[in-house]
Amino acid sequence: MNGKLLGRVVGGSLGQGLTVRLEEGVSVEAVGVGRYVVIQGEKGRFFGLITDVELGALERGMEMDVSDPYVARVLSGTGVFGTVKVLPQLVLGVAGLEAPQPARTIPAPFSPVREASEQDVATVFGAEDQRHLYIGSPLDLDVKVCLDLDRFVQRSAGVFGKSGTGKTMLTRVLLAGILQGGQASSLVFDMHSEYGWEGEREEGGMVKGLKQLFPSRVAVFTLDEESARRRRVKTDFTVLIGYDEIEPEDIALLRDTLNLTELAAQTPYRLARQLGKGWLRSFLGYSPAQVKDLAESLGEHESTLLHLHRRLGQLERLPFLVPQSPESAVDRILGYLEKGLTVVLEFGRYRDIVPYMLVANLLTRRLHDLYVLRTEKARGEGASHPRPLLIVIEEAHKFLSPELSRQTIFGTIAREMRKFYVSLLVIDQRPSGIDEEVMSQVGSKITCLLDNEKDVDSVLAGTRERAELRKVLSRLDSRQQALMFGDALPVPVVVRVRDYGSIYKGLADVKGAERDRKDLWEE
Amino acid sequence: MPATRVGEVVQASTQEFVTQCYELHQPPPFASLVKSREGETDVFGVVYHAETASLEPGRRPVARGREETEEEGVYKAHPQLSRLLRTEFKAWVVGHRAGGKLVQALSPRPPKLHSFVYLAKAEELTEFGSSLHFLGPLVMAPLSSREELIPTFLLHLAVLREDREEFLLRAGKELTLLLWGEAARLQSLLRRLS
Repeated sequence: MNGKLLGRVVGGSLGQGLTVRLEEGVSVEAVGVGRYVVIQGEKGRFFGLITDVELGALERGMEMDVSDPYVARVLSGTGVFGTVKVLPQLVLGVAGLEAPQPARTIPAPFSPVREASEQDVATVFGAEDQRHLYIGSPLDLDVKVCLDLDRFVQRSAGVFGKSGTGKTMLTRVLLAGILQGGQASSLVFDMHSEYGWEGEREEGGMVKGLKQLFPSRVAVFTLDEESARRRRVKTDFTVLIGYDEIEPEDIALLRDTLNLTELAAQTPYRLARQLGKGWLRSFLGYSPAQVKDLAESLGEHESTLLHLHRRLGQLERLPFLVPQSPESAVDRILGYLEKGLTVVLEFGRYRDIVPYMLVANLLTRRLHDLYVLRTEKARGEGASHPRPLLIVIEEAHKFLSPELSRQTIFGTIAREMRKFYVSLLVIDQRPSGIDEEVMSQVGSKITCLLDNEKDVDSVLAGTRERAELRKVLSRLDSRQQALMFGDALPVPVVVRVRDYGSIYKGLADVKGAERDRKDLWEE
Repeated sequence: MPATRVGEVVQASTQEFVTQCYELHQPPPFASLVKSREGETDVFGVVYHAETASLEPGRRPVARGREETEEEGVYKAHPQLSRLLRTEFKAWVVGHRAGGKLVQALSPRPPKLHSFVYLAKAEELTEFGSSLHFLGPLVMAPLSSREELIPTFLLHLAVLREDREEFLLRAGKELTLLLWGEAARLQSLLRRLS
């Protein structure tokens, strides 16, 4: 079952890609960047990606008069011919007996290059099962591309793309897949309340959120009960945060967003030492005169402390901050996560970055600490490790900027990777704002269209095929197309992302019921 | 159908052979494919030159028709003329058949003198046209009529074929590869084929 013969290898290198001269009769218009080809070498079958298309001419080729259609036909393919660049990526095993291996050499000269058949592509991207999530299809083939979820959750992952390119839809598909596959429990910090109950489609209309698809496996937490009630969302828990839970480093993280001076951002550590656990509550309750006294006793500048006092006053406007929370949100979340549930925390009307960062950081830090304890305990006792946790954050560049990534828990998680069974799924439209070191630890990257040079650079940094992928990336459609690469896939691939709506079509008639994976994903 | 016999070889070399026609003024048309023999080998040539002249090299014919009203009258009035004149043509060797296989290359030996020369049959023309290897040597042949010979011969071959257009396209592409760098020559050849 061979695909159509496209051309023959005439030159190139492993690093720069192969030059393939197109056969006569194969139009350059028929071969596009991002397509897969199979090259039959003398010993191995190579699997590669077309990364460029070019028209070449023998010397003086353009001196001919081609107004005569016969002459033009004669010259096309002989004097003037098409070439494509092919990046060899894998060597396919014989008759599918061996798993594909990374290509370490290139095929012999004049090896025939054919379109990859559906069978070839299926060999490379695997078949759909509990571990492999069908995420979409290559651009011009009707084959399923499957993501290895086990590997996907093992290290941190990222979904990038300009706003409006389908990041949210894509993340929904991923989360639904992980829920089905059971690779990890997820905790979603849902800034715009679009994952839990329902979300809006870019093209209008609503789509069901995770809770509607998996009612018994998803818990929706909210910071804003009123907003949830207005939207008729059934929530499982209303999160209240006690002032006593806020620690100095939570404030340090908000330095930029609260517009604190360097000095003021460091002061909370001293305040906490002086005032104890309830430092923030006490400090906010101080009158200006008391602040002055405090400054004196701490040996701080009065103006620094007044500045901090004024800025932190903003927090008092957040109704979910209470003197003491009746029940610890962290315990509740952990309880659900341990049962294998996915928790979505909706922010309701607090779409501002300050509450988002404050809450996400605060909760994640606690959870991470608990996971560290449990992992160490489990190791000590030889017991089974805790259930892996995937934390989903939006606007990730705000948490993981080079200045902050070393201070916040998210930077730590991204760097520590899987040691403690916590990993991140970062969703961001400005990946260049994320610390390089963190980016280099992101195992799987899924990126929709990006057109800012810096963002493209930062996403592709460290990949072998950077130059080639850059061409592919800048030609993505602005909707429903994504370039995926990293741990979870054997080779980089451009995918038409499957429609999220298709996931639950089969579910409409069985309201609220859970269906098994096969039924659920039926289209 | 038996092959049409047109004459016999009166001079032969590896590269070409000269045939004297049995009929005065009846050489095969320019660029026809003809064949002769050497032992068991058929030698194929393409007609690139034909002439009618006096049998004796030193004696030029003289004009005799002043009193005649029609050209044919000249020969009627002087019947000895057809004995004193002869028609010859030259064929450039383009292939041979040994052991049933047609090869587009020079024959190991030139045709024997006085071996008969036939016009190639329709099926031989079709068979010959299935390969274009003859074009390589032919574009280099030191013949003054070369630029006319190549397109005319190709059109001859094409006429009988069902895949006429495809054949000419293939031939054009072959010429393009052979004559790249000689754009003007290629252009004029292609113009003849279009």
